[in-house]
Amino acid sequence: MTVFKVLGAGCKNCRSLEANLKKALELLACEARIEEVKDYPSILAYGVSSTPALVVDEKVILSGRVPRPEELARLLANYV
Amino acid sequence: MIGGALRLDSAGKLVLAALLWGASLWLLRPFWDALIWGAFNLSSEAKWAEALHFFLYDTTKILLLLMGIVYLVALLRSYFSVERTQALLGGRREGAGNLLASALGVVTPFCSCSAVPAFIGFVAAGVPLGVTLSFLIASPMVNEVALALLFSLFGWQIALVYLAAGLSLAMFAGWALGRLGLERWVEPFVYEISMGGHVDARPPNFTERMDFAAEEVRQIVGKIWPYLVAGIALGAWIHGWVPQGFFLRLAGPENPLAVLGAVLLGVPLYSNAAGVLPLVEALHEKGLAMGTLLAFMMAVVALSLPEMIILRRVLKWPLVAVYVAVVAAGIVGVGYLFNSVLG
Repeated sequence: MTVFKVLGAGCKNCRSLEANLKKALELLACEARIEEVKDYPSILAYGVSSTPALVVDEKVILSGRVPRPEELARLLANYV
Repeated sequence: MIGGALRLDSAGKLVLAALLWGASLWLLRPFWDALIWGAFNLSSEAKWAEALHFFLYDTTKILLLLMGIVYLVALLRSYFSVERTQALLGGRREGAGNLLASALGVVTPFCSCSAVPAFIGFVAAGVPLGVTLSFLIASPMVNEVALALLFSLFGWQIALVYLAAGLSLAMFAGWALGRLGLERWVEPFVYEISMGGHVDARPPNFTERMDFAAEEVRQIVGKIWPYLVAGIALGAWIHGWVPQGFFLRLAGPENPLAVLGAVLLGVPLYSNAAGVLPLVEALHEKGLAMGTLLAFMMAVVALSLPEMIILRRVLKWPLVAVYVAVVAAGIVGVGYLFNSVLG
């Protein structure tokens, strides 16, 4: 199963990204596991400076913004 | 919808939206005039009718301008990112670095909740402390909402002046803080964390940029419109009922301490630009000097307790205190300068 990681310290944008991610996965009819990464050392280990960020297959595919579910679905179509 | 019916591509839809926006703006005053003085047949002699007209017209005008400017700025910002800014600033000397950092602070999309990783990223990229601080000062101070509102309330000259002042202030304050050699007051863990990997994100295409901009408008306007409406309502009240010279005793152009008082009052206050600027417009109408008011606004917007609390995670209290002091002093200077130049 694909694992998505949402990087962020828990502010409103991070929660929005997670919510939109869930909706996007519904649109794609894809089952996936979503993990939250909240500690700074781990976030920085991915080279991310602006949260929230989205990681799939250990690659950062999105950082610093919260796309709508439809746009996220388009973006994720390549990875699921 | 219309764009879809006409089978326009993204750029076409953008042009159509821009035309509709421009037309709405142009027709706004005639619309409200016709409605309030015409259809409702109210008299412009009645104070409350005048205040109502002011409130309705100002709210719709500001909202329209805000939407347009936030959209444009967001489109521009989609070409920048914190990671890119860090790469651009890495290893730069102070001076030129401070100038570039300030400019980038304005155009880089930056959420204060990512201040900690961003700061660490700056350090990891080899950006000097003072240059990083220039970025952190410029970002909240010269934000698109403030510029949009200044432009819509006072015209492009004042908006430009504000932009120049904000950039100069960020540049000099950051440079001064850098010169003071306060690295020992940065939390040690900032220098100890190692930055890994790299961001693999594909750059967005134009449609995605438009989506991002539209989302920004939704989020920003959605967040600030209550403050805006409250500020305009308060402004309408001041406009209609507070006598002309009321504030002059307190803070008119004759009072040399006005700027200092305004900044001291503004620093502990926290609001976004949307709440402050309509108030500023009304106060200016009642005689307060523009320099004093801009200084007040900068103090409210650039320095805030929530921001200091976030900064505290990477900077020790003495550095946070010096940061506030230097920026506040700069704002006071800007206020006096503007009062003497703008008259």
